[in-house]
Amino acid sequence: MKLSLKLTTLLAPVFAIIVAFGLSTIMLYLIGEDPIETFKIMYDYGKTGKSIVSILNRSVPLYISAVAVAVGFKMGLFNIGVESQYLMGALLSAALGAAVALPSFLHITLIIFVAVISSAFWAAIAGYLKVKKGVHEVISTIMLNYIGTGIIAYLLANIFFEKVELSTTAPQTDLLPETARIPSLNAFLGIEDLPNLHGFIIGAVFIGILYYWIVWKTSLGFDLRATGSSPLAAKFSGANPARLTILAMMISGAFAGFIGIAPLTGYFFKYTTDFPSGLGFAGITVALLGRNHPVGMALGAILLSFLERSAQILDLKDVPKEIEKIMQAVIVLTVVVAYEVVKRYVTNRQIKEASKVVAND
Amino acid sequence: MTLAINLSNISKSFPGVKANDEINLKIQEGTIHAIVGENGAGKSTLMKILYGMLKQDFGSIKIFDNEVNFSSPKDAISEGIGMVHQHFMLADNLSVLESIILGMDRASLKILNKSKYKDEINEITEKYSMPLNTQSMIDELGVGEKQRVEIIKVLFRGAKILILDEPTAVLVPQEVSELFNNLKNLKDSGVTIIFISHKLDEVLEIADEISVMRGGKHIDTVDATTVSKTDLAEMMIGQNLPTPPKREKNFTQDKSLTIKNLTAETDNGRRAFENINFSINQGEVVGIAGVEGNGQRELAESILGVYPIESGEIILGETTINDLSTRDRRESGLSFIPEDRQSQGLLMDVSLSENVILGKQSSTKYKSRYSNIKFNEASKNSNAVIDNFDVRTPGNNTLALALSGGNQQKFVVGREIENKPSLLIASQPTRGIDIGAQSLIWNKLRDARDGGLGVLLISADLDELIGLSDRIYVIYEGNFVKELDPENATPEILGSYMTGLKT
Ligand SMILES: Nc1ncnc2c1ncn2[C@@H]1O[C@H](COP(=O)(O)OP(=O)(O)O)[C@@H](O)[C@H]1O
Ligand SMILES: [Mg+2]
Repeated sequence: MKLSLKLTTLLAPVFAIIVAFGLSTIMLYLIGEDPIETFKIMYDYGKTGKSIVSILNRSVPLYISAVAVAVGFKMGLFNIGVESQYLMGALLSAALGAAVALPSFLHITLIIFVAVISSAFWAAIAGYLKVKKGVHEVISTIMLNYIGTGIIAYLLANIFFEKVELSTTAPQTDLLPETARIPSLNAFLGIEDLPNLHGFIIGAVFIGILYYWIVWKTSLGFDLRATGSSPLAAKFSGANPARLTILAMMISGAFAGFIGIAPLTGYFFKYTTDFPSGLGFAGITVALLGRNHPVGMALGAILLSFLERSAQILDLKDVPKEIEKIMQAVIVLTVVVAYEVVKRYVTNRQIKEASKVVAND
Repeated sequence: MTLAINLSNISKSFPGVKANDEINLKIQEGTIHAIVGENGAGKSTLMKILYGMLKQDFGSIKIFDNEVNFSSPKDAISEGIGMVHQHFMLADNLSVLESIILGMDRASLKILNKSKYKDEINEITEKYSMPLNTQSMIDELGVGEKQRVEIIKVLFRGAKILILDEPTAVLVPQEVSELFNNLKNLKDSGVTIIFISHKLDEVLEIADEISVMRGGKHIDTVDATTVSKTDLAEMMIGQNLPTPPKREKNFTQDKSLTIKNLTAETDNGRRAFENINFSINQGEVVGIAGVEGNGQRELAESILGVYPIESGEIILGETTINDLSTRDRRESGLSFIPEDRQSQGLLMDVSLSENVILGKQSSTKYKSRYSNIKFNEASKNSNAVIDNFDVRTPGNNTLALALSGGNQQKFVVGREIENKPSLLIASQPTRGIDIGAQSLIWNKLRDARDGGLGVLLISADLDELIGLSDRIYVIYEGNFVKELDPENATPEILGSYMTGLKT
């Protein structure tokens, strides 16, 4: 029985993706494109070596962002502020990382440490406001996104930029020295003739494991999940809601601190106005897609990165590339619906089985 | 005599259960007919079919010799059938008059001729001698009065047959006897009454005939004047009626809990309880009787540390625990059975094997040195609770929400007792569950008490309080107004203190 239940749970996303492709087919057909041809173009482009490296590189920060969001979700907290949390961490760690000279290992550790601490602190504000002032975290994190963006713009233009010796007008931090850069895996894996596969992908795997351990295996994680499932029952069991709220926001923020690490130490090497943004919001989508599950979210991140990457070719083939955004949204919606359906099915089956046990004696 | 109701071969299945299995039932006009059965026996289902809220799978219904086929309660009402549900459906901000005429679809209602309706209603209240002030607002009324409004509402719609689904569940003894007087008047005026209950004393008092249901089947219909309570109980559950076991007092002099001058924080200008003093010895059950909302829930929660107190002292064993967190209080030997198992005692969408951890997730019982939860231990212990407390479940992987209420409650009680506490607070430990589960929980509580456990028992079931407690306090408007020896207590005596009639 256990196996078949697991199987039905796994079927949900597969079913959802099939439905999403079906709907996209209809859409493409309606706008006068050949659906089969379009999918084939996307697939052919998406499976090239170059694309695969790009997809994996994109997936790393996206996945970490999903993990950050999911920590909150598991406790019933909506951290919409991952966006400003990671950008804040990225800026401060970029500025500090460029200002010091250290052996490589220490240098990278310091950058990560600063990013994680500053993001966690920024997130803690929302937790504090919720606990002490009763401000709902959705409102405070959205506001903190605005405030954070403003602070970042100010710091970048007025504090960190003046120290830059380059002759450029675009605000940016100093370049990170070689010791602060995480090497690519290409040499290690013996990959030639392809763009760099960023080394922090290993970090992402560890983050997934860490997330799984904290949430599913520890006593703290039990408190988080209990609060997410029933706040009252958790409180009666001795969980301290105030402490947990602040802690969960800080853990979520700490994970958010890792989002900027791959772009910063892998290919940007500095914080500029066009440092990748929007990852905090995309993470919400991925967390929904992967149902907060460490493996589910990894697959979700890869799927979205694949769609984004393969959409690039559509323009060249004169297919409106907005179709990719629509597909993304349709997939997320169908996944959410499919999980709801499966959940109901599993629940009903359990109720039936339990009532059989009672009826049989 | 005419037959008011004639049901033949009524069957109704829900996924996984046969709620009604070929029910045949004849009810004479102008009688009170009781239907008794454990929770889940199918009583409500049968009544909902009769009232047009559910459609039977098979079988036929005759009302006053007419074959009927209801597709909604509207059809039932037009045949003269009315139903009062266990949970009242009255809006607080309406007057009695407005509540009664609300939702009537008589064309004349377009012009709300309140005074005309008022006269009609007064006629009814006089005819059946059920006094009611039509000007009062609903939220000013007590539970018994609200019920009377519901009954009059049904009569006003022309009901000749009145269905009452567990009407006494929400009433204190005084209100019950008032209801019974009203029902007798109605019967004398020719109204046919179907009275659902699982309290045997009540149905023996009020009914002319009693039908027993068990597991969806109609077991028998008997004459209320000749049948004995024991016979009824046996028909109902297939075994003897459990009574809460009265026992010799045998507690020690060691204190399990001492409460000194405990006063709650003010909330909206009022305190839930004030200046409470009592103690519980090891091996003693102290019961608290009170009408819901008189501070007993808050008192229990303040001992657990989830309700704020202003002053006073809570001493668990020898230690003052005022400043301890809920977690530390549980760690020091406090167990708690909350009144609402589903929202306060269980994680409904989580398996039993994880639910067993709840309350001890931070104790060494389930937390390893590295902060890991000991899931193997949890799985083992959940099976122990399932076995020792006869929780009927396919296994410990089953989600809590899949179990019936009685089995959920047995699991909660089992978990809290198996945590080997020094004090157990049990809030409504058997509310709304079947007799089998109830008697098991009673036995387990008694065993734990005999093993030296101190128990604080809060219950609205007065028989349960009298049967289990070694000492009873009555709480009224946040104060302990009376201490009673259960030997000398009856539900009537308790009821008069609970309602403030006696002080
Ligand atoms: N709407 C429903 N859907 C599924 N099962 C139901 C529904 N209503 C009642 N049941 C089941 O039918 C059985 C009889 O329930 P009910 O008639 O409410 O019993 P009673 O009123 O005697 O306590 C129970 O097992 C209950 O779980
Ligand atoms: Mg019922």
